[in-house]
Amino acid sequence: MTAITVSINGIKTTVPEGTSILQAAAGAGVHIPTLCFHPDQEVKANCRICVVEVEGRNNLAPACATAVSEGMVIKTATRRVLAARRTILELILARHPQDCLHCSRNGTCELQQLAAEYDVRYNRFPRDEWQLPLDYSTPGIVRDPNKCVLCHRCIEVCTAVQTVNALGLANRGYDTQVVPSIDHDLFESPCVMCGQCIHACPVAAITERDQIDELMEAISDPEKVVVTQIAPAVRLALSEEFGGEPGRLRMEQLVDGLQKIGFDYVLHTNFAADLTIWEEGHELLERLQEGRNLPMFTSCCPGWVRFAEVYYPGLLNHLSTCKSPQQMFGALVKTYWAEKMGIDPEKIVSVSIMPCTAKKYEAVRPEMIDSRYADVDMVLTTREIARLFRMTGIDPLKLAGAFPAPWMGEYTGAAVLFGASGGVMEAALRTVCELQGGTLEKIDFCDVRGMKGVKEATVYLNGKPVRVAVAHSLSNARVLMEQVAAGESPYHFIEVMACPGGCIGGGGQPLTRTDRDRARRMQAIYDEDRGRQRRKAHENQEVKALYQDYLGSVMSHKAHELLHTRYTLKRKNT
Amino acid sequence: MCNCGENLRDQRYTALEKTLKKYRHTTGKIIPVLQEIQDIFGYVPIEAIREVSRELKVPSSEIYGVVTFYGQFHLQARGKNIIRVCTGTACHVQGGGKILEAITDYLGLKDGKMTSDDMMFTLEPVACLGACGMAPVMMVNEDAYGRLTPDEVPAILARYDENRKQKDDEKCIA
Repeated sequence: MTAITVSINGIKTTVPEGTSILQAAAGAGVHIPTLCFHPDQEVKANCRICVVEVEGRNNLAPACATAVSEGMVIKTATRRVLAARRTILELILARHPQDCLHCSRNGTCELQQLAAEYDVRYNRFPRDEWQLPLDYSTPGIVRDPNKCVLCHRCIEVCTAVQTVNALGLANRGYDTQVVPSIDHDLFESPCVMCGQCIHACPVAAITERDQIDELMEAISDPEKVVVTQIAPAVRLALSEEFGGEPGRLRMEQLVDGLQKIGFDYVLHTNFAADLTIWEEGHELLERLQEGRNLPMFTSCCPGWVRFAEVYYPGLLNHLSTCKSPQQMFGALVKTYWAEKMGIDPEKIVSVSIMPCTAKKYEAVRPEMIDSRYADVDMVLTTREIARLFRMTGIDPLKLAGAFPAPWMGEYTGAAVLFGASGGVMEAALRTVCELQGGTLEKIDFCDVRGMKGVKEATVYLNGKPVRVAVAHSLSNARVLMEQVAAGESPYHFIEVMACPGGCIGGGGQPLTRTDRDRARRMQAIYDEDRGRQRRKAHENQEVKALYQDYLGSVMSHKAHELLHTRYTLKRKNT
Repeated sequence: MCNCGENLRDQRYTALEKTLKKYRHTTGKIIPVLQEIQDIFGYVPIEAIREVSRELKVPSSEIYGVVTFYGQFHLQARGKNIIRVCTGTACHVQGGGKILEAITDYLGLKDGKMTSDDMMFTLEPVACLGACGMAPVMMVNEDAYGRLTPDEVPAILARYDENRKQKDDEKCIA
């Protein structure tokens, strides 16, 4: 590749041919502002905030979309450039609501940052806001089309990364809008509520549906017993909100903090993750034995389940009938746990803390009432819990630590793995291999770890090869699903997580931009697993007690009633 | 009882199926498909977008983007006759606004509606018809009318108004 030398603000720098001005400048330590540009996405060049002056060129050049050429002389901060950038900001701001103080992205908004950076003190253009209604049609995600700056980042993540195709454009020019499919409600679009668009959005045009007020109402009600479950991916990402490395916050500190906020009992989704492995592992062995509905897909991820229900209704028998850990936990907390603790289930408010916006939807699926109550009453995301900690003045990183409540608080390293792509597979393999007799010598299945889109491995059960695959991001799941539809899938067992990296990159996590952030969280998951004394789901003593005292046996009638579910076609504007 | 309306419907759907069949398994053909659909229905029904999405394996969000991007496509059913009124500078100066008013009055259009209730007319204000010399100008379908005054408008539109004609005929008979 040819090396090209350019001058940026007088700094000579040599870069490979094809490098954009933006990349070349970053390499030379020169900052150029961006808005529609996203490091993990295609170049869009529609906001023009990154314009720079190039000697010999009449108009300003968008740095993101202009490749360097030999001898190019670039100036990134001339009077002309700064004036153009400020005009662009004024134009965007003339259409953008000015409610920064009430905005959920106050402090994390890229537009707000740019306005501050470019010292925008007045606006020469008349205000012309859209004044469109907010879209509250889904239980997981809220769209505020008024705030949209038309960067197209949400559309790209929804179509290219997820192949969900819920979002698109409407109209053109000044009337251009980002709309859910055919401009109906988001709930009528194929949206799976994965929330990846929230991470992509530079402003607050897409956010989670906030349930903090609902939670505080329950906590302040002396009649209610507020019980919570914490998902494995929450803890490590939560550290980032308080300035710590992923995973620095210890689980005991999180439990302590939640108790201080006013939760009556803190338990673990991890307990239900171990339980899931018991049920799902046996289901897999049964299907392998009968050669029925293979490959079997995992069903822990509500975004993935909805994706399958919308796009592959004919293949729903390939999904494991196991509920997700959240819903298994929900069904048990108002039955088994209430019985053990002697608490009236009617008084229990079952709250779950999740890295996920789709979990908010899963909790209100109409069939999720097997305890005869709403199994999960409300779902708060990692971001909401971080806000709650800040609001209540608690820095969880400074807490001493406390222990979870009994009966559904124990968990193994296998459960922790559920937080990363490949984790459910690894946890299942650890158990399934041992259920076939013998003890595993090496329990780390490294083939299914990491950020590769589709990971594969072959294990031997009773001498027979079992081929497994792991997909994260729904575009990768689609590839595997198309193989099944064509009758060409070579696999027996497939794990799917809707979000890049799995739950650690979930739509409810602290705002995440790049795969590098995701990989760091993933590492924290494996560190926690390695540090745990018990690392196989079937070693969980509280799960054993649950089967002994309440369910009878794995896949028993009662287990089926409480822990398994069914899926139905969802007709949407695909 | 006459059920020619039903037959017309059937014909349209048969034509739609034929079009979809023609373009099945093709790529990059969204615009021609939509043009054919608009020829069949007079507009692009939302249900047709769903059909195109299924047959051409293109997300309906993308097709919707195309339909709304181009002025030539319409999502709402349009009247039998299209009235295009120039709102350009020359026509504006010569009283184009009054012409527009006379048309909306004649058609009884209210609340930003552009199609008359009897589906006989759709009004489309346009930027320029390229006949500034004879401002103010309007076109009904392919016929141009220049140097208009507001009081000429009802008589011109009545020529295209089959419903009105019918009513007048009935009056004569009575």
